[in-house]
Amino acid sequence: MARTGAATPLSARGSRAAHASVEARSGARALDRLIHERMRLGIVSALAVNAKLSFNDLKKLLRTTDGNLSVHARKLEEAGYVACAKYFAGRLPKTEYRLTAEGRRALERYLDHMEALIRATREG
Amino acid sequence: MGVPGPYTGSMGAARSLHVPPAEPTPLHSHALDHLRFIRETMERATAFTAISGWGLLAVGLTALAAARLACSQPRPLWLAIWLGEGLIAFLIAGAATVRKARLSKAPVFSMPGKRFALSFAPPMLVGGLLTMALCRKGAYSLLPGMWLLLYGTGIVTGGAFSVRVVPVMGMCFMALGAAALLAPPSWEVWLMACAFGGLHVIFGAVIARRYGG
Repeated sequence: MARTGAATPLSARGSRAAHASVEARSGARALDRLIHERMRLGIVSALAVNAKLSFNDLKKLLRTTDGNLSVHARKLEEAGYVACAKYFAGRLPKTEYRLTAEGRRALERYLDHMEALIRATREG
Repeated sequence: MGVPGPYTGSMGAARSLHVPPAEPTPLHSHALDHLRFIRETMERATAFTAISGWGLLAVGLTALAAARLACSQPRPLWLAIWLGEGLIAFLIAGAATVRKARLSKAPVFSMPGKRFALSFAPPMLVGGLLTMALCRKGAYSLLPGMWLLLYGTGIVTGGAFSVRVVPVMGMCFMALGAAALLAPPSWEVWLMACAFGGLHVIFGAVIARRYGG
């Protein structure tokens, strides 16, 4: 155990302290791991500036594959951050996503968290 | 046994205080990187739908009215009507784009917006200069083809980073511009109405329906 303590880089300990200080200041909210992941953060950010985006538009925008996008979009949907509508345009199935109020709040909280982190590190 | 690593035994632990390993990335630069990623994604996503479909539709309707007004008018009045329509279209499209950006809480002058303006402006400037030069020579019949070709060029280059429907609209303008240069003068009214009126109405409706306004 002592070895682990000695091996922890000082900067990592500083990072934890900065995280703790940020969380204390931002109402003890933990970092939202759900949208911390790149692809999910991309989906939420793209939907924040568009009323709705189709599956294909999102795929092109985030330069990803069908499987990857659908896995991450489903996680956001399960958390209630995005709403998904499926319909047929002629004979073609279409999927459309929009950001929910909860998703927008989550993005705002995440932005606040990142900004507070930068402030805390600079001040510290 | 070779040279002990920084974490092998108590000596190693002591050594790690004196010989720091490679500097880890500071925490705030990770946060900055995330913020930069959010901003860039939002900018790219805004480029997708920055052009207002409703604005284009309104421009198309005013162009149809202008085509109706300008037909069979003497050339100076014909020119004044179309130049006035150009100004009205510019104001409508500008206001509609600002409105759409505000509704989607996106910055109006984002990087894609600036890129569009920088690509769209040079052909428009050339169009203005050529209009002056051709009017001096009295070559009014060349104006519709030249306007359509240059407007189409501006839309194709400005819309290169937007949804595919935007550069396709530009190419349709260029095709009708080429037709206007080669077709008999009697077609001029119809080509102007079809291009500035019809194309704006059709593509405006498509953009409004598919891309959120």
